[in-house]
Amino acid sequence: MSTRGGTGADGPLVVGGRAFTSRLMVGTGKYADNPTMVRAIEASGAEVVTVAVRRVDLDRTKDEGILYHLDPKQFFLLANTAGCYTADDAIRYARLAREAGFNEYIKLEVIGDEETLLPDVVGLVDAATTLVREGFKVMAYTNEDLITALRLEDAGCAAVMPLASPIGSGLGMVNPYTIRTIKRRLQVPVIVDAGVGTASDACITMEQGVDGILMNTALAAADDPVAMATAMRMAVDAGRLAYLAGRMPRREIAIPSSPTTGMLG
Amino acid sequence: MTGTITVTVNGQDRHVPTNSTLLELLDTLELDPRGVVVEHNRGIVRRPELDSATLADGDSVEIVHFVGGG
Repeated sequence: MSTRGGTGADGPLVVGGRAFTSRLMVGTGKYADNPTMVRAIEASGAEVVTVAVRRVDLDRTKDEGILYHLDPKQFFLLANTAGCYTADDAIRYARLAREAGFNEYIKLEVIGDEETLLPDVVGLVDAATTLVREGFKVMAYTNEDLITALRLEDAGCAAVMPLASPIGSGLGMVNPYTIRTIKRRLQVPVIVDAGVGTASDACITMEQGVDGILMNTALAAADDPVAMATAMRMAVDAGRLAYLAGRMPRREIAIPSSPTTGMLG
Repeated sequence: MTGTITVTVNGQDRHVPTNSTLLELLDTLELDPRGVVVEHNRGIVRRPELDSATLADGDSVEIVHFVGGG
């Protein structure tokens, strides 16, 4: 199956009935400092930024929180359930996140293994089912398995987010076949989340025809996060445009680009 | 000590005056209610109800906020 798109004009990314201005979503973790984080996020052009839910450090309550640095009127805050290893935990964190009062979206993570941070898909589908019933717009971080992706869609998720490779690994998209398969079969938006390392990873991922991409470490851990964010913005645009342009087919033989007639005698 | 109770806040024991409300607790901790979400004995307490939710001895309170994350 080819990755030809060829649909020409593009529209906005619509998730859960809301249109977003950028197909690049970014995380806010792991930055050396908040000013760098803000500059990198602005350079990326991202509208959606993810945040985590954690205990307030009671010894440092006068410290500025993340919302001091990121204006909720300028960015769409997508809370995640990072660090949750059971459906119950993820549900608890999602409810707390929603209570903060920004929106009803949640990036649902139910992790199954500490070393790889791969999702526990059984817990994931359980949590998604409950949260959808409670009115959340669930964007589910999942693995590359088509069946799990379909189950999440059936459960009512607003988006399915298959990983390119493990969180923070920087390995890029290790299995384009499964990403393409998921995109081909699902009706809801498919947004690749996790594992992107550099600009070419983002470009190749978007060329598969997916609707968006989410990255954090690729920017925060770059030597120059702002420069990398600029590169990623271009890469996501390039990959998306290349997909919509409808790429040429691949062949294993050569076909000349110059005429074979009119050669000198 | 008379007039105080012990509650667990974010995993740490704290002594607070008997009949303290959650709003008073936040005030003692110098926390703006608009910047946090409060869970009292595993139930989320909505912001308008913080000043009527009273603490009892042995209660557990979790106070969370958004932080950077992927």
